[in-house]
Amino acid sequence: MSTETEVVPAKAKVTEIDTVVIRFVGDSGDGMQLTGTQFADTTAMVGNDLATLPDFPAEIRAPAGTLAGVSGYQISFSSHDIKTPGDQPNVLVAMNPAALKTNIADLEEGGSLIVDTDAFTDGNLAKAGCKTNPLKDGSLVGFRVFDLPLTALTLQAVAETGLSGRQATRCKNFFALGLVFWLYERPVDYTREWIEKKFKGHEQMAKANTLALLAGYNYADTTEVFTNHFRVRKAQLAPGTYRKITGNEATATGFIAASLLSGRPLFYGSYPITPASDILHELSRFKNYPVKTFQAEDEISAIGSAIGAAYGGALGLTGTSGPGVALKSEAIGLAVMTELPLVIANIQRGGPSTGLPTKTEQADLLQAVHGRNGECPVAVVAPATPADCFSMAIEAFRIATQYMTPVFFLSDGYLGNGAEPWRIPTQDELPKFEVRFRTEKEGFQPYLRDPKTLARPWAVPGTPGLEHRIGGLEKEDITGNVSYDPLNHEHMVRLRAEKIARIAADIPHVEVLGKDSGPLLVVGWGSTYGAITSAVEELQAKGRPVSSIHLRYLNPFPANLGDVLKRFEKVLVPELNLGQLSLLIRARYLVDAVGLNKVQGKPFRVSEITRAIEELLRGQ
Amino acid sequence: MPSGVDIQGPKLTKADFATDQTVRWCPGCGDYAILAQVQKVMPTFGIARENIVFVSGIGCSSRFPYYMNTYGFHSIHGRAPTIATGIKVSRPELSVWVVTGDGDGLSIGGNHLIHAMRRNLDIKILLFNNRIYGLTKGQFSPTSEFGKKTKSSPFGTAEQPINPLGIALASECTFVARSVDIDTQHLSSIIERAAAHKGTAFIEIYQNCNIFNDGAFDDFVAREVRADRMVQLEHGKPVVFGKERNKGIRLRGFHPEVVTLGENGVTEADLLVHDETAQEPALAYLLSRMTYPDYPVPVGVFYRANRPRFEEVVEQQSIQATARFGAGSVQRLLESGATWKVT
Repeated sequence: MSTETEVVPAKAKVTEIDTVVIRFVGDSGDGMQLTGTQFADTTAMVGNDLATLPDFPAEIRAPAGTLAGVSGYQISFSSHDIKTPGDQPNVLVAMNPAALKTNIADLEEGGSLIVDTDAFTDGNLAKAGCKTNPLKDGSLVGFRVFDLPLTALTLQAVAETGLSGRQATRCKNFFALGLVFWLYERPVDYTREWIEKKFKGHEQMAKANTLALLAGYNYADTTEVFTNHFRVRKAQLAPGTYRKITGNEATATGFIAASLLSGRPLFYGSYPITPASDILHELSRFKNYPVKTFQAEDEISAIGSAIGAAYGGALGLTGTSGPGVALKSEAIGLAVMTELPLVIANIQRGGPSTGLPTKTEQADLLQAVHGRNGECPVAVVAPATPADCFSMAIEAFRIATQYMTPVFFLSDGYLGNGAEPWRIPTQDELPKFEVRFRTEKEGFQPYLRDPKTLARPWAVPGTPGLEHRIGGLEKEDITGNVSYDPLNHEHMVRLRAEKIARIAADIPHVEVLGKDSGPLLVVGWGSTYGAITSAVEELQAKGRPVSSIHLRYLNPFPANLGDVLKRFEKVLVPELNLGQLSLLIRARYLVDAVGLNKVQGKPFRVSEITRAIEELLRGQ
Repeated sequence: MPSGVDIQGPKLTKADFATDQTVRWCPGCGDYAILAQVQKVMPTFGIARENIVFVSGIGCSSRFPYYMNTYGFHSIHGRAPTIATGIKVSRPELSVWVVTGDGDGLSIGGNHLIHAMRRNLDIKILLFNNRIYGLTKGQFSPTSEFGKKTKSSPFGTAEQPINPLGIALASECTFVARSVDIDTQHLSSIIERAAAHKGTAFIEIYQNCNIFNDGAFDDFVAREVRADRMVQLEHGKPVVFGKERNKGIRLRGFHPEVVTLGENGVTEADLLVHDETAQEPALAYLLSRMTYPDYPVPVGVFYRANRPRFEEVVEQQSIQATARFGAGSVQRLLESGATWKVT
C-alpha cells in the first residue's frame, strides 16, 4: 500500500473494563452490518468472548434517512465468558437522526453516544420526524455525547483518491470503525487486510476505505475528543483453535461435517428465504466437498428434491423459515410415510404469514411438532447458541439416519445471524455415526424394522434384487405394500409414533444448572439459552434458589425431563412465543408451568428474565 | 447410451418388468396399453432393473410405479418432478422416469414440470393426457376443452385448455413428443427415442379414460379415421398424411394449411418439411397448435435439441472445484475462515 499512516501507540489514559456493549446504527445503506461484522471479527481475533445481534429491516434500501431504513449491529465483548449480546448498549454509534431516534432509548444512562453531526441536516431531521435537533434541544443530557463531523472528516481523509463526493461519503463507516477501534484498543490490521481482499481490483475504493479507517483511528488518538480509552482483556477461554462463527455458518458447517462423518453426500434443496438464505449461500461454496445444492423453483420442490436425494442414499436436507415450512408440510408427511431420513432446517422468524422476515421468534415449535395432517410424528432438535448449531446439525442427521425419519432443526434469526467465538472441535470430539444401506437380498422387506430403533432398511436404487415401491399411501406392515386394512393402519400409526418415542433412549438427559430440586426451575429451549442462563447464574450468585434446564431436544423430550420437572415447586418457561413449550410440557407432564412470553421480534433481555424469576420467587 | 446402462447384465424380458401387484385401473383404461408398451421396450434399453426408478405424483396414471418391477416412488400430488430431480442430481447414473397426468403435471404440479424441463435433467416424463380428473371421479382438468360439462362444471367450463406441448416448448424442453395409448407401435418407438435422448424428454400421451371421458380422442385416434385425421411427424420428411398419403401441410407465412397432393398443382416440394432440430422451436409450436377438425393431429417428435444437462453441470463443477482446491476434509472444513489459537 502506498500510503502508510503510522498507527501510533496510545497516549491517552487507559481504563480497564470487563464487558462492553456497542451498537452501531445507521441507514441500511450506511454499511452498519459490515462495520459491526468487522468490529466483531477483530474482537474475536484479539481474544475476547463476544456475542452479536444484527438487527436490520426487511427492505434492502428503505428510503434513505427514514426510521424504517435503520439498520443496527450490537456486539457485546468481554474478558470473561458471556452468553448474550447485552441488554443495553454502553456505546451507541449513530450515523443519522433516524438511527439516533430509534435507538437512543436503549442506551444506558450515562452511556456514550457518537454521532455524525453532518447527517443532522434539516432534511434528515424531518425524515426522522424530529421537530427539533436532538443534538441541540437538550434531550441528550445524561449521555456522554461525542458529536463529530464524521462525513466531513471522511471526505477530507479520502480526498487524495479523487473519489466522487457520493462515493467518498460511503467510506464514513470505516472512519467510525477506526474511531471505535481506537477507543477499545483494537488493531486496525484485520480490517485493513479484509479491505485489501474485498476490494481487489478496485484499488481506488480499497485505498479510500483504508484511509478512512486509519483517519478515524488517528483522529481519536491525536485529538482530545476522547480523554481515555478502554481495555478489555483477553477472555480466559479454554485452550484450542477458535474461529468466530454465526449460527447459519455453524449450521452449514455442521451439515457438511455430518456428510463427511457418515460418508454420505449432502444434498441441499432450498428456496431463498430470510433468514435462512445464508445457509444456501454457505453450502453452495463447498463444491470440493461431497455437497450438492439445488436452488429450487419453490419450497415444495426444495423438499421434494431433498426427499428424492434421501431416497437415492444422500443426506437429504432442506432449509427455510416458517412460511416455507407451511408449504413443505405435505411433503414432510410423505417423508414420514416413506420413512426416509430427511432434515428440515427452520430458521424461525416473526410470524404469522410473511410476518417479520428479519426479526427473531420461536413461534414455530408447535408447527414442527404437530403441523401436519394425520398422526405425523417427527423428531425435533433445537440448537442453543450460534456455535451449538454445528453440533445439533450433526445430531439432526444422526437421528434422521439411525431412525429413518424426518428431523426438524429449529434455529432462528437471532441464532442464525448472531456470532460468537467457537472452539473448533478436534476430530475425536466429533460424534461418529454409521450409515448402512441394506444390500442383502435374502429376507428383504421394505418395512421390516430394526427391533431396537424400529427403523426400516435404507434400500437405495442401484441395489440389485431390492427393487421395491414406496409412496404416500398407507403401508402394510413389513411388506410396504399399499394397505387400506383398518387394523394395519392403526398398527402403523402407533409404530411410527413409537419409533420417534424410542429416540428418547438415544439422546442425553437434561442437566440441571444449579440445585436439582427447589422452589423454581426455569425451562428454556433454543436461542433463549444465553439470556436464561445469564439470568439464572446472576441470581444464583446472589443466593437465589433458582435452577434451570435447557432443552435442545423437543421431540421426543429427554427421558428424565418429567422427573426433573416434578422436583421443583414452580416452573417458569421463557419463550419468544405465546407459550408453545409451556403447552407441550403442561400437556405431557401435568405441570403447572408459568410462561414468560415475548413476541417483539427481539431476543430476551437478561433483566426481563431475572425480573420474572424474582417475582415468582416472591410468590407473585 | 441412456443413463443406467448395464451392458453386462442378463438379458431381460417384458415379464421381468411386471410386479406381483394386481393392476387396479378400470378395465378398458388406456393406461394398460401404455404400461404394456413401457414394459415391452424397457428390456431393449439394456438397463438393469435396479438402475431404473419410476416416480409419480397422484392420479390414476401415478399408480404406474407399482406395476413396474424397478425402484418406484409414488409421491404426492404434482411433485414427482421434484423427487425425480433430487434422485437424478444425487444419483446421475440412474435412469429416472416420471409418470404424470394432465391434472398432476399441468395443474397442481405445473410449476415443477416447467422447471424440471428448463433445467434439462436427463429424466423422461410421460404425461398421460385424458382431459379429465379420473381418480377424483370426473371433474374437468386443465386440458379439458372449453365449455366441457363435468361434475364440477354442470353448465360447462369457463376456461381455455392448456396445450401441454406448448408448455414443454416454452419451458425449453429438449425433447418434445406426442403419441397415443392405442397406437402401440408408434408409442413404443417414441418411448425408445425418449430413452435415447440425453436431457429431459417430454411425451404427451393421449390416453382414454373410458369411465369419465370415454372417447375423448375418438374423432381422430379411432383406427378407421386415424390415417386421415392424424399425421405422423418424421424428421426431414414432408408432412404427409391420409389413407392415400395424398394430403399434406403447406405453410403460408405462419399459417399451416391442409393441401392435397396433385390438386391445384401441389407437389411434395410445396409441403412443409419437418425439422425436429430446427434452431427455433417455432415450427414445433405451430405444429403443436394443429387440432382436429381444422387439421390432422400431429404425433411424433416435435422438437429436440442438445443442451447441457443440469446434473452433468453440477457434477462438472464439483470435479473442477476439487481439482482446483483439493478434496475437502473435516479438518479443512472446521478451520475454514480466520482462526486464532488460545493456549
